[in-house]
Amino acid sequence: MRALARLSQSRRLLPLRVGVSYGRSVTAATNLDSASGLPLHPAARDALLAALDDGWADPARLYASGRRARQLLDGARAAVATELGARPDEVTFTPNGTAALYAGVAGALAGRARVGEHVVHSAIEHSAVLHAVAAHPATAVPVDRLGRVDLTAWEQALRPDTALACLIAASHEVGTLQPVERAAALCGEVPLLVDAGQVLGRARVPAGWSLLTGSAQKWGGPAGVGVLAVRTGVRFVPGWPEDEHELGRSPGAVPLPAVLAAAVALQAVAGEAAGEELRLRALTDRIRHEVAALPDVEVVGDPADRLPHLVTFSCLYVDGEQLVRALDAEGFEVSSGSSCTSSSLEPSHVLVAMGVLTHGNVRVSLSRATTDNDVDRFLAVLPGVVEGLRAQAGVGDL
Amino acid sequence: MTGDSHRPAIDCLGKPCPLPVIELARALAGVELGEAVTLLADDPAAASDIAAWCRMRGQRLERAEPPSYTVVRVS
Repeated sequence: MRALARLSQSRRLLPLRVGVSYGRSVTAATNLDSASGLPLHPAARDALLAALDDGWADPARLYASGRRARQLLDGARAAVATELGARPDEVTFTPNGTAALYAGVAGALAGRARVGEHVVHSAIEHSAVLHAVAAHPATAVPVDRLGRVDLTAWEQALRPDTALACLIAASHEVGTLQPVERAAALCGEVPLLVDAGQVLGRARVPAGWSLLTGSAQKWGGPAGVGVLAVRTGVRFVPGWPEDEHELGRSPGAVPLPAVLAAAVALQAVAGEAAGEELRLRALTDRIRHEVAALPDVEVVGDPADRLPHLVTFSCLYVDGEQLVRALDAEGFEVSSGSSCTSSSLEPSHVLVAMGVLTHGNVRVSLSRATTDNDVDRFLAVLPGVVEGLRAQAGVGDL
Repeated sequence: MTGDSHRPAIDCLGKPCPLPVIELARALAGVELGEAVTLLADDPAAASDIAAWCRMRGQRLERAEPPSYTVVRVS
């Protein structure tokens, strides 16, 4: 207790105070970037606080508090498994979504080393998948203008030495839902890894996967919890020493309170999903409709078969970074796939693969906190912001 | 090629997107229907953005050999 008290006193020495940003309150802005991350679901917050007291012990220990921790971890695993359509012993918690993708790709490839090392993946996979397969012979399967994978090309890409196929359930950049079940049927014996990061807790989890990944941060759980599910019978060989944690598929102990909060959040959002899907779809339909009416603005992605909460559009002649900054100045936080907003200065590989405009790009993603009024205000502000930036660049006449 | 052999290429080398597309739009507005404009652009987004611009504006991308792009005004 004394040590804790000292630590809390030492906070005064830190230059940063949580919850306060310099100049204005951190809650003043309207965040329309839930696909990047969102606040803890209230149920998860309660669970996290309770678990800090109740779930601190090592679940691998045989004494009472260890058994209690084991019980809680088993409960979290069972709850997540239910939402994934998996068995509890197929579900592993990982340090985050990227770690789940890396582990999934590496473990599945090592498990199929006898067959070969060729990988088939869509051209719009998460960059973590592209990085994970970079050292292997791989075929990137193209997508159409709406961002949907070409199943004929997918079938042709599969070879006798194909060890793994990867298909994102829905792109976090444009929201188009992928034909996962039909792609899986074409895979035959080849295991299919599905990155379900954006669908978990928001839309139906597709069947047909051999490996499935997700991230709690994307469904309202805490950061620092990923999930990797591996179907029984899929050969998986970890590239690291196997320990007693997480069936040997993710090294070391899990942060139990965060895992419990993640499981509670997933249950909560999945319970709300049916109603939220309708509400958010109506809002994103409205955004798509009104934004498409603006001059020289193209809404991208499938208009119907898509994630309920996400809209992406590109504004001709406008710089994406300026657009993000101008909207931020108006109190709206959005993300962009334009090259000037990425650390690599490369345009989004997803937008390039779709053949759509990569500059002037804006992604709006809604959450349970987004209100009709937020969308009204955003749609009232956007046309003037775009027009202002075009006037500033001297392209109003083009 | 559609009769633009004497018109110099627009040099957008080193210019970030959307500048190459802006200069392309401006140049194409100044030529007759059927005439072409050649643009040099090496921004990583140029290839996709020039093609997308041509599609959105109904113009014809006749040749794309980065960093050189030739666009014919057809509308």
